[in-house]
Amino acid sequence: MKPVSSWGRLSAEPHRVVELHDPFIVKDFLSHGPLPGLAYGMGRSYGDVCLNPGGTLWVTTRLNHFMAFDDRAGRLVCEAGVLLRDIQRLAVPRGWMLPVTPGTQLVTVGGAIANDVHTKNHHVMGSFGDHVRNLTLIRTDGEVIRCGPNERSDWFAATVGGLGLTGVIIQAEIQLRRVAGPWLETEIVPYGNLDEFFRLADDSEADWEHTVSWIDCISGGGGRGLFLRGNPTSPGNLPEPKGCNVTVPFVPPFSLVNRLSLRLFNMAYYHAKKRRAGRAVRHYEPFFYPLDNVLEWNRMYGPKGFFQYQCVVPRKVGKIAIQTILKEISRSGDGSFLAVLKTLGNRQSIGMLSFPQPGVTLALDFPNKGTHTYKLLERLDAIVYEAKGRLYPAKDSRMPKQLFELGYPRLKEFLKYRDPGISSGFSRRVMGG
Amino acid sequence: MKGKRRIVVVGATSAIASHCARLWLENQPSDLTLVGRNAQRTDRVASDLKVRSPESLIRVVCADFLDPEVITTTVENIFQSGDVDIVLIAHGSLPEQVRCQNDLKACCQALNINGVSPVLFAEAFAKQMAKSNHGTIALIGSVAGDRGRKSNYVYGAGKGLITRYAQGLQHRFAHSRVKVVLIKPGPTDTPMAADLKDKGTKLAPVEKVAKEIVEGIEAGRPVIYTPRKWWLIMMVIQHLPAFVFNKLNI
Ligand SMILES: Cc1cc2nc3c(=O)[nH]c(=O)nc-3n(C[C@H](O)[C@H](O)[C@H](O)COP(=O)(O)OP(=O)(O)OC[C@H]3O[C@@H](n4cnc5c(N)ncnc54)[C@H](O)[C@@H]3O)c2cc1C
Ligand SMILES: NC(=O)c1ccc[n+]([C@@H]2O[C@H](COP(=O)([O-])OP(=O)(O)OC[C@H]3O[C@@H](n4cnc5c(N)ncnc54)[C@H](OP(=O)(O)O)[C@@H]3O)[C@@H](O)[C@H]2O)c1
Repeated sequence: MKPVSSWGRLSAEPHRVVELHDPFIVKDFLSHGPLPGLAYGMGRSYGDVCLNPGGTLWVTTRLNHFMAFDDRAGRLVCEAGVLLRDIQRLAVPRGWMLPVTPGTQLVTVGGAIANDVHTKNHHVMGSFGDHVRNLTLIRTDGEVIRCGPNERSDWFAATVGGLGLTGVIIQAEIQLRRVAGPWLETEIVPYGNLDEFFRLADDSEADWEHTVSWIDCISGGGGRGLFLRGNPTSPGNLPEPKGCNVTVPFVPPFSLVNRLSLRLFNMAYYHAKKRRAGRAVRHYEPFFYPLDNVLEWNRMYGPKGFFQYQCVVPRKVGKIAIQTILKEISRSGDGSFLAVLKTLGNRQSIGMLSFPQPGVTLALDFPNKGTHTYKLLERLDAIVYEAKGRLYPAKDSRMPKQLFELGYPRLKEFLKYRDPGISSGFSRRVMGG
Repeated sequence: MKGKRRIVVVGATSAIASHCARLWLENQPSDLTLVGRNAQRTDRVASDLKVRSPESLIRVVCADFLDPEVITTTVENIFQSGDVDIVLIAHGSLPEQVRCQNDLKACCQALNINGVSPVLFAEAFAKQMAKSNHGTIALIGSVAGDRGRKSNYVYGAGKGLITRYAQGLQHRFAHSRVKVVLIKPGPTDTPMAADLKDKGTKLAPVEKVAKEIVEGIEAGRPVIYTPRKWWLIMMVIQHLPAFVFNKLNI
């Protein structure tokens, strides 16, 4: 048993850690052992969907082999522990790219499927599961299930966004998309309030593949921010940026994120970026994965860790709900380091428990200050509940059961596909087992 | 024009070796032969490398690693299709020390797979490379072969055999174009070290170790400690007087 944390570093409970390194004997590993298990990729989820305190974690990162790549059709078959970074680096020089990647590329294919991750281009590309042609799942009873959108599609719908609870994905076939190269034409547009944000979002959807915004949830509370949009482009041969990693070298004894630093950061960020507003050609890595060069940045929140809070609320009530949330945060005196506001496209996700749905999504993070923070998040829950929204399990470590049930009406249908030998901190909390 | 560089990896399914192969193919498409004991596992590595480097030629050979005759014919067959530029001999297995003490069969297997088998492979390659006066033989030993210690001396003895053997081979080929490289990794994050990892030993990332091996072979270094700090650590450990060394619980 050894302590394992997820990205939010809120806990470090003991787990029995087993590394799956040979895909041909995964079955034997899953069927052994008296404790319930759970697949664990890169642990980039913030809360407890990837944790199983007191139980087994099957670490998948050694299942990191490519299996086949059809260069003409852009179809890649790979093991589930392959990192999205490795796919990008393989595919981009050959004119292909993953259609959907989250804000960090240091995640596994299995993790990306199990959380059905989405990104800035949701209105065009949907979520990760939309590009999976098929996957292979191994259950703890040894059954092997191959499924896809046209083959045992019920299993597919349960497994995409299924939070690892239907079995262990060992391989998948992914449809990549064509690109001319690694470059994007990008633009930063400052906005002064939420009305302007929604107008920008609506105006940009037709012509821009990527849209997202950073919103300042401290100064003013009025909802000023910076709208970022981008399109793939081919500017000829620009030099690739030199990747240079810095690491937060140790966990500081207290959170470096406090009221003062937040206020300063938010102000500095807003003005620095505002000055650089306008158009620019950028490489996909800093555009898609702005924090990947700061390794272990999650340490800056100190030993108590931090919460992420990501909700999506329907568009009809979007403005008022977001406004209320922002007010609540500014009233609490707590603020979020990076608050991200984005509209999601008008499409339903494949997965029974996939997070993305039409509306507007807000993602926030808060240093863990115990009861104070829990209270604030409960007040935000009430707003989301009222708006008939939902929270993102990948970011969650505390949502109440009722909020989960309200947000995910297909839960009952999903439960039939659960693997009885698999359980997570999250499932025990919101599904009762 | 010279054809593709010819590389052979023995024990190709090893995490360290397969990462070396990834780097070699990333540098330039090559003619690569993977030798393993199990076809399914070796094919898995071959498919991965084929996706990474479609222009490379990748062949898979399966063999019994403990049979001298099989080793002879396997290596002869490899040379049938031309000279070899680099061979990396990578296989090995970390046994439970206590088990080796109590079960001589386990002890014998550990000595064979970690010491005798790599040496036989190297000897077979040496014979062929001597004929063409060309090629590099790289063997993976271990820092564990530098000084025996109670927690893993059977494994260490196997690795020590490789060390002594490589020295002799370097001496033999000193005035030729055949190069011999001895690689001594420290604890590295691979399936072999899963138990060490569980016990909390700090392990070097396999990508880093593979990179240093590939660069070291390229530079023709006779001995590669990787990560490099292990050179210093082992220097100290080798020179500790017995009365100090015997107090260490390592
Ligand atoms: C900086 C940062 C930015 C992020 N940005 C975004 C974003 O823009 N959009 C977004 O959607 N998410 C985002 N995320 C969240 C992240 O993309 C997801 O949490 C992702 O699922 C993590 O993948 P992982 O490999 O680390 O999986 P883990 O976190 O280890 O596991 C996630 C879930 O997948 C399951 N799982 C993992 N592997 C398998 C497998 N082989 N078979 C079955 N189940 C498996 C686990 O059981 C768990 O339920 C971000 C995270 C970070 C740290
Ligand atoms: N990892 C470390 O900490 C460390 C430290 C110092 C030295 N080394 C050395 O580095 C080399 C590579 O090991 P690794 O760390 O990459 O470990 P690994 O991934 O576990 O690889 C071990 C390799 O040895 C092969 N092997 C084991 N027993 C065999 C047998 N009886 N017959 C044939 N092949 C056998 C395995 O083949 P299968 O896939 O068929 O099982 C596999 O290719 C080894 O020589 C090891 O001793 C490792």
